[in-house]
This record gives sequence, structure tokens and C-alpha cells, in this order.
Amino acid sequence: MKQNLRALWALVKENRALYLGAVLCTALTVGIGFLTPLVFSETIDVILSDGASFMPEWLKAPVRALGGRAFLRANLWIVAVAIVALNVLNGVFSYYKERNTAVAGENIAKSLRERLYRQLSYLSFSYHVRAETGDLIQRCTSDVETVRRFLSTQLVEAVRAVLMMASAFAILFHRHAQIALYSLILVPAMWVGSYVFFTKITKSFRLSDESEGRMSNVLQENLTGVRVVRAFGMQQREVEKFDAASMDFRKKTFRLYNYLAVYWGSMDCVTMLQIMITLLVCVYKAIAGEISVGTLVVFTSYISMLLYPIRQLGRILSDAGKSVVALGRIRNVLEEQAEQPEEGSLRPPLNGDIVFDHVSFSYEEGNRVLDGLCMTIPAGKTVALLGNTGSGKSTVVHLLQRLIEPDEGRITIGGVDIRRIDRWYLRAHVGLMLQEPFLYGRSVMGNLSIAVPGAPESSVLEMSRIAHADGFIREFENGYDTLIGERGVTLSGGQRQRVAIARTLLKENDVLIFDDSLSAVDMQTDRAIREALREKRRGVTTLIISHRINTLCEADRIFVLENGRLADEGTHEELTRRDGLYRQIYAIQSALEDDLNRSREAVRKEEDACRDLTK
Amino acid sequence: MQGFDEVDYSQKLDLSLWKRLLRIAKPYHGHLWLIVLFMSLSAVGDVIFPLMTGYAIDHFIAGHTTQGMGGFIAVYVAVLAMQVICIYSFLYLSGKVEVGVCYLIRRLGFQKLQELPFSYYDRMPVGYLLSRMTTDTQRLADTIGWSLLDLVWGVVFLVICSIQMFMLHWRLAAVIVLVLPPLALISMYFQKRILAAHRETRKTHSKITGAFNEGIMGAKTTKTLVREEKNMEEFTELTTAMKHSSVRAASLSALFLPIVVSLGSLATAYALYEGGMEVLALPPTLTLGTLQVFINYTLQFFQPVRDIARIFAELQSSQAAAERVLSLLATEPDIKDSPEVAERFGDNFHPKRENWPELHGDIVFEDVSFRYQDGEQVLEHFNLHVRAGESIALVGETGSGKSTIVNLLCRFYEPTQGRILIDGVDYRERSLLWLQSNLGYVLQQPHMFSGTIRDNIRYGKPDASEDEVVRAAKLANAHSFISKLPKGYDTYVGEGGSLLSSGEKQLISFARAILVNPALFILDEATSSVDTHSEALIQQAITGILEGRTSFMIAHRLSTVRQADRILVISDGKIIEEGTHDQLIVKQGYYYDLYTGQFQDEQGQMVLNAAKAQ
Repeated sequence: MKQNLRALWALVKENRALYLGAVLCTALTVGIGFLTPLVFSETIDVILSDGASFMPEWLKAPVRALGGRAFLRANLWIVAVAIVALNVLNGVFSYYKERNTAVAGENIAKSLRERLYRQLSYLSFSYHVRAETGDLIQRCTSDVETVRRFLSTQLVEAVRAVLMMASAFAILFHRHAQIALYSLILVPAMWVGSYVFFTKITKSFRLSDESEGRMSNVLQENLTGVRVVRAFGMQQREVEKFDAASMDFRKKTFRLYNYLAVYWGSMDCVTMLQIMITLLVCVYKAIAGEISVGTLVVFTSYISMLLYPIRQLGRILSDAGKSVVALGRIRNVLEEQAEQPEEGSLRPPLNGDIVFDHVSFSYEEGNRVLDGLCMTIPAGKTVALLGNTGSGKSTVVHLLQRLIEPDEGRITIGGVDIRRIDRWYLRAHVGLMLQEPFLYGRSVMGNLSIAVPGAPESSVLEMSRIAHADGFIREFENGYDTLIGERGVTLSGGQRQRVAIARTLLKENDVLIFDDSLSAVDMQTDRAIREALREKRRGVTTLIISHRINTLCEADRIFVLENGRLADEGTHEELTRRDGLYRQIYAIQSALEDDLNRSREAVRKEEDACRDLTK
Repeated sequence: MQGFDEVDYSQKLDLSLWKRLLRIAKPYHGHLWLIVLFMSLSAVGDVIFPLMTGYAIDHFIAGHTTQGMGGFIAVYVAVLAMQVICIYSFLYLSGKVEVGVCYLIRRLGFQKLQELPFSYYDRMPVGYLLSRMTTDTQRLADTIGWSLLDLVWGVVFLVICSIQMFMLHWRLAAVIVLVLPPLALISMYFQKRILAAHRETRKTHSKITGAFNEGIMGAKTTKTLVREEKNMEEFTELTTAMKHSSVRAASLSALFLPIVVSLGSLATAYALYEGGMEVLALPPTLTLGTLQVFINYTLQFFQPVRDIARIFAELQSSQAAAERVLSLLATEPDIKDSPEVAERFGDNFHPKRENWPELHGDIVFEDVSFRYQDGEQVLEHFNLHVRAGESIALVGETGSGKSTIVNLLCRFYEPTQGRILIDGVDYRERSLLWLQSNLGYVLQQPHMFSGTIRDNIRYGKPDASEDEVVRAAKLANAHSFISKLPKGYDTYVGEGGSLLSSGEKQLISFARAILVNPALFILDEATSSVDTHSEALIQQAITGILEGRTSFMIAHRLSTVRQADRILVISDGKIIEEGTHDQLIVKQGYYYDLYTGQFQDEQGQMVLNAAKAQ
């Protein structure tokens, strides 16, 4: 809590000049705001009747020099102009106050958003594996918004309320201490009342929000499950279900509104009572000749001016609590360990042998995904990786891009430990294609050139053709300009994979990794893509993860992973001669042949039977 | 979704829309009149208070007497009490109207959504419909409940205040009232600008939210492509735009108030000057108290004008929401039972089950053509006869028309030409609910409703006994995994069923379909998104489930398809191959290619999984 408060203060300090300006302008508007009723009071007491003036000596002197009361009576327009001038001046300061705080608040929001976004980009891969998207989004959007709202409007509002109260106290006590006391007698009660209310009402707000959440949930389930609802003819029951949820929301929200109505009603009641007390006290004092009508005007106008900000103060305090909590949630994200540039990191050529030297890795304690893995991927060759489910194939891939670091052992490329290679340099030159690639919410063209902004269109199109994406892209109404994602088209798994391959091929790769990245593409297209790729792959160290025999057998060398260790390695010819996973995969070919023969046999028999019958 | 949200329908204020909405709010008309009454009373109170102060000055202070003070206090307290009652009452009533109207519109909308055909759902993304039913509806109810309140208060206050001023001193009042028209014009101008600026800000904000979403979902890909800095650059453009538009909106608001106040102060200044002159005149033509009243009024005068301007601007901007909601309510479903059919078999909400004939499952597509509303022709002169109890598999590429065939059969769509006969009768001569109650439907993505596993299995037959539930689960091969769960059938499936694997959810949706004992069974890619283990379980269950029922399956995995009595290969809305699995293999056509390719994939996956199990 204390740290969060300090962090909040640090944000304010970053915009010191703006806030100072805002506070200054606030002070001036408060001052001018108090001056206006004084002008009325002086006019009524001194000019329009024969009362004494409350003006300070330095103001009285010039008026006296001009001819005093008689002069002002003859030139009443001066007062009128003064009123307008004060209002205009007040307006100017209030404008600058609001503008300053808005700019400061927006600066802070901008900086928080950018820091969060940067942090999200650089947080480790393992953080993102664990992270809950919804919660993170909430921290980045609504929590930032809560902090911004507080810092851009409420903070200075609070300052204004305090300033107003302080100066009102000063002026009113100066005028008449006893009336001042009477005029503020109910203020503490209002203050406490509103603070308590806004702290307590949070629960009702939450109940209403939760109920709304349930209602939206029923609605969403109904809309997304519309086929199920219709197929079971359950419309009537759905209506009843929604009605119940909607009715509950109505009830909870109405209860909240009722509390608010009670609150505002009683607050208004106290406010009006306070004004009445002030008025009555003033009237009695005026009848007794203790005060002038002008003073009465001052008191009644000040009290009306004061009560609203005082009421707000309770609310602002309770909101301050919320924004401190929100900032705490934001700081949690910002303080996570992120990937940072390492000093003295290298940028060596990556066209050497890739060696795994007793590499072990576990995501969770005691459950080793890789267990002393040793293997060498020869430079410029194509190597296939075959492994059972959970054998650590994907871990190998993630290690090669330093998305994760080995617990034990080391990986070298061309003899250099990759821990000494600059992360981003490594990733830029190792082209990794995932099984479930993420596409960005922009045009197809934008997605293809995402890794190489400004790449010439001709080379983008060439890669698109190699990945066999060109064909289906051109079938879209807007071709390469088609938007992908929520607001555009949804691509099938195979189409996404092809786009992902094209965008990776566009960069300069010393190493290419296909992590099951053609799994959703049908066999024929797969073959065509592999043929088109052959030229691209020449001289580039390539690692292919797949279980398709046609893909595996094309590799120069095949590694078989089992339970985090290298179980076997060799060429297609060598492995087919040995027992093991590879041969099982290979055997599918002949199993297919058998299966097809069985079908052929069955049909032949049937036809024979038919022929027999017709005979 | 944003693309849909930000459509601005029209700029001119269309009162007929609001009239239609007020008609929907009919049950609350009494409340609304009461609100008007309380608001008016309260505005009267607001006019009285300055008068009281003026009276106190003129009568007590100027007269140096406390005579009548008791009465004065009594009146003051009475007005105060009336004010408090009014304030509480209209807040209470407005709250009631807001939540009530919201509820009414939502109920109508939800009912409408239950009747609208799938062609409507094809055009409208779920997100769009959701925001019609939530934010838009809320906004309309807010407008009806609260804006109206402010509007009434503003108008009544202005009118009473003006009348009061004219009665007190008509010459002074006449000049003061002159300030109103320019004040109103300036207010309207600013309010419109401010709203537009806020809309701009909201748009940018939703883009920022989208960017965060992408930043999180795409974190891995961003790393592998080393896009961090470039993404940051693009994000900074967004935050900068956000800052600009927010500051612009804030500046407009900041500028607006001072201008209005300054303009209002002209009236105050005039009242002070002119009134002051009259107080000073010999004999005085105005009392100090009355002057005080005038000054007080002029100080409060600009507030209602500002409110009224705001409300008109709001009405204009929430008009788009009104149009969207009303257009949803006004949409007529193009697939519905004819009056005669509804008369005989009942409608969706009031079925007459006693008149329903039994469904045997003999199906004929007779010269059926279908085109989507955007004009895309999917089926042309399609003919098919399926005998009761036969199982049919549909194979083909995305967009070939196989889903359309199933959708037509379920009457989610109706043929644009030709007819579909069920048991020899055009299905349009039977009610929608009759057909759909006889359907067992399992989708590619199993859809779970929040609740327990039991609730989900019982979805289509809420009064099913425990026995029936368990029997259905056993038939679907779901019982064994359910009984292994700590809470068994009482396990809460979690929002969207996230606690269960998609294979397990699929088994549950099979049980759900079996429980209603349907005559027609539809499997729409039911096994394409489940793991191989669940697939094997489903495979095993299917044979038993389909026994004696007419069934259609669209399948991605051909191991499911090969069990069908008849396989139809669909391409461009036509049957290009037809026969049993074996016959199609011998044919060596499209199906053969598909099968051989998939065989390797499926078997390969199985080998890898089997190796893990060891």
C-alpha cells in the first residue's frame, strides 16, 4: 500500500510542472470564485445601502480618491464590468487548470500503457505460458483507466475542495466567527457520511456487476450455442433462463439505485438544512444589527458554493483507494523479470553445426522434459526430428531460439554457446515456423511482411507462392489486402500455417525450423510445398518436426527422440532396418496398402456375388 | 467487432424513434408521469428558495422584526421536506424506469433472437448482437430514465424562473431572457463537438485494447519474429493518438464551461447594474431583496440550458443505438411456421405436442436449390433420397455445400427452390419445433452451458431421471470418465466448459443428444477437434447410437466416415462420388486421395501417442 502510494506520487512528480500549474490555476479560480459574492455584498452594503465596507485598505483608498460611494452610485457599470471580468478571468484559469490536469493524466496513462506494452513484449516466454489473458488485459486497460481518472480529474478536484474549504473558513471566520461555526456545523457529518457510503456501496456495485456478468453469460451462451438450442427445441426454456438472469440483474441494480437515491436525498436534505441554518442565523444577526445584508449574501452564497465540493471529497477519497489498488496491479506486471540485453553478447555467423551437449530442461520441478539430450545437427543439412507425444520435440525448438534456457548442459552453434549469442540476433536468424501460428489483425500483405517491414512486393509474392498461399489469397475478394481476424476473414488451420511459412521465409535465415508446421495442410499441398522449398533450403541448416513419412524420409539424417533422450539416429535406410518408432511410422505405408486391398477384395467379392445372382 | 459498433446511422434527431421506444416502455408510463410531477415540484422548490432569502431580507431585516419567523421557518422546512421527498422519489422512480425498460427491451430482444433464422446469425457476429443486447440497451434505458428527468427539470426550472422574474420585474426579466438563445446555440455547438471527440477517444481506446490483446496472445510469435520494437513503434502511434484525442476532448469540455459561465455573467452584471440603479432611484422602484432574488436566478440560469443542450446532444448520439436495437426488434424471421401450421402444431413457445405425428426418418431432397442472401448459389437442383434408418456421410472441401445440406435438413435454412420431404410430407407443413425436437445434433465445437455435467446432459429433456442420464452417458462412453471425477455428475463444467478437455465435452454432448432419443441424428464434424483417445471412445459409441436412426455425418476424420451406409462426396453443391467406403476406394477418385492422405496422418499420430503410453 505504502509503496503503491509512493509509486502514485512518482507518477505525479513526472508531471510536476503541469500539476503545479494546475494547482496554481485552481487556487486562482478558488480565489476569484470567492471574490464574486464579495463584490455582490459590497455592492449591496456599501453602494446600494449605507453600510460599512469590508474591503481592504489598499482597495478603499483609490475608490475614495475617485469620489467614494457617490462616484460608484453614479457609475454602477463599473461593478457590472467587474463581475463580467471576474467571470472571464475565472474561466481562463479554470480552462488552464482542466487542460493541464488532462494533459498530465494523459501523459501518465500514455507512459503506463507504453511501459506495460513494452514489458509484455519482453516478458519471458514462460511467463506468457502461465499468464491469464483476461486478467492481463484488465490490468492494461481498466486499471490504467482507473489510475488515469484519478490523476487527471479527481486529484486536483480534491485540492480544490481543500483550498475552497480553507479559504472559506478564513473569510467566514474573519467576517463573523460565530456564524461561520453555525454555517459549517453539518459539514463533518456530510464528509463522514459520504466517505462511509462510497466505501460501503462498493459491495452493491459488485453485486450488480456480477449479476450483469451472469446475464451476459447466459446471453452469450445462447448466441454461441444457438444451434444446440434450436436443435433441441429449447427456445422456451432459454427465454425463461434469460428472464431469470435479467430479472436478477434488474433487482440488484435497482437495489443499488435505491441506496443511491437514499444517499443523494439525505445529502441534499443535510445540505439544504445547512443553508437554512445559515440563513436563519444570519437573519437573526442582521435584525440584531450585528451583520449587514451583504454579509448575509456572502454567507449564503459561500455555503452553497462549498457544500458540493465537500460532498465530493468523500467520494474522491474512496476512489483514491481504488486507484492505489489498480496501480498495485499494474506494478505487479511491470516488476516481473523481463528479457534484457546482455553485455558482451555475440553475433556470430550461425551457419555452423548445432550441437546439443547433455541438455536437460524441466518446466516444473522433478519432471524432466529433456534429460541429457546429446545430438549434432550438421551445418547446411536437413535433419528430421521424430518423437512420441511429450518427448520434448517442441522444447528443443524453443531452446534453439532461447525462448527458454537449458537447466543443464549447453547448446552450441558453430562452437559458440548460444547463451553468449544475442537473443534477438539469434531469433532473427533462426526461422521458426509453429504448428499453431499467430496471425496479426491486419491485412494478409501486412502479415506476410511482418518480419521484414518494407520488403519489396515481388519477394513477398514469391514467398507466398512457395508456401502455396498465393492461390487461396487471390480467391479472397480483396486479395492480399484482405483483413485477417475478427474484422476480416478467418483462415483455416492449413491456411494459417502457409501464411506463417511465407512470412518466415521472407527473412534471412541461417537456420530453418519447421515445428509440425504443415500438419494441417493436406498431403498433396504438403508435397508441393516441400518441393518448392527445396531450393530455399539449400545450404541452410534445417530442422523438421513431423510424423509424415514422406517428409521424414527426405531428410539427410533423422533423430528419434523418446522421453527427452535421443533414442536413435540415422538415415532413412538405416532406421528402416532397425526396430523402433521410425519403423513403426514407416510400417503405416504397408498398413495402408493392406487396408486398401481389403476394400478392393470386399468389392470384388460383392461383384462376384452379384454376378452369381444375375447368372 | 468495432467495425460494427461505430456505424453512425444518422445525424438528424429522429423523434419517431424515441416515440417507438416510449411505446415499448408503456408499462412505465405511470412512473414517467410521476417523474415529471416530482421533477416539476422540485424545480418549483428550486425557484422558491431564492424567494425565501429575498423575503427574509426585505421583511425581517429591512423591517427589523422577527414577527412571522415561525411561519417562515415552517414554510422553509415544508419546502425543504418537499424537495427531499421529490429528490428521493424521482431518483427512485428513474432508477426503476431505467432497469425496468432495460429489462423489457432485453426480454423482447432475446425472444426475437430465439426466432430469428440462421441466415440472420450468419450476417451478424455474436459480438455485435451481444453489444446490441447489453450496451446499446443500457444506453437507451439510461436515456429514457435519466435524460428525460434532467430535461423536465431544465425546462420547468427555466419556465418557472422566467415567469417568476417577469412577475417580479418584467423589464429586467426581458433583458435577462435575451441571453438564453445564444447560450443555447453555443451549448449545442459544444456538446456536439464534445460527444464527437469522446467517440473518437473510445474508438482509439478499443484499438489499444485490441493491441494489448494481440500483444499478449501473439507474444510467442512476436518473439520468434523479433517484432518487439516494431510493435512498440506501432503501439506508440496508438497511444499518441489516444493522448491527442483525449486532450482534445478534455480541452473542449474545459473551454465550454467558462464560455457559458461568462455569457451567463452578462445577465448577472446587467441585473446588478439595472437593478442597482432602480434600488438607488428616488423613490426606489426595486427592493434589495428582489435584487438579491434576481442575482440568484441569473447565477442559476445557465445550468438548465447547459443540461438541455447536453440532453439533445445525447439523444442524437444514442439515436444510433436506438436504431440498432429497434431494427433488431423489428426484424421478421424469414423461416417460421405458417399460421395454419402454428394453429395445428403450436409455435416455439407454446407447442401442441399432442398433435405431433411421429417422425420416422425417410428423407427426400426434391430438386432443391439454395442460395445465401448475398446471392452465393450453394446447391442447384439437388436430389437425394435417404431411407429411414440409413446412415449417410458427407465428404467434401470447405464450401462444397455439405454443411448447407445438413442446415437445410434441420430447417435452419429453407430451400430457395424445391422441397424437402420428411416421411413423404413437405417439412414446411409441420412445425419447426416438431422437426427440431426430433433432432440429435452434435457439433464440431462442443457447446457447454454453464452448470453441472448433469445439467448439460439433461439440456434437451430437463425432467429426465437420474437413470436416463446415466444410461445416456454410458451409451456415449462418457460415464467412465465422469464417474472418475471427484464430484461425478455434479462437476461444474466451468465457463465455456474450460475444466474439461474438448474430447470429454464432446462425449457429454453425445450423451445430451442421445438422451432425447431423436429419430434423426446429425454429426457435424463431431470428431475433428477431439484427441485420439476420445475419438476412439466416440467411434465405439457411434455404431450403437446410430442404430435404427436416420443419420447424417459431416466428418473430417475418415475413420468415422467409413462406417456409414453411404458416403456422398460433395463438390460445388453436387454429388461427385457416392457409395460405400470400399466402393469408393476401388473407384480411386477424390475420396481415395483423401483417405490415403489421412490414413497416414491418423495412424502416425496414433503411433506417437502409443509410444508415449509405453
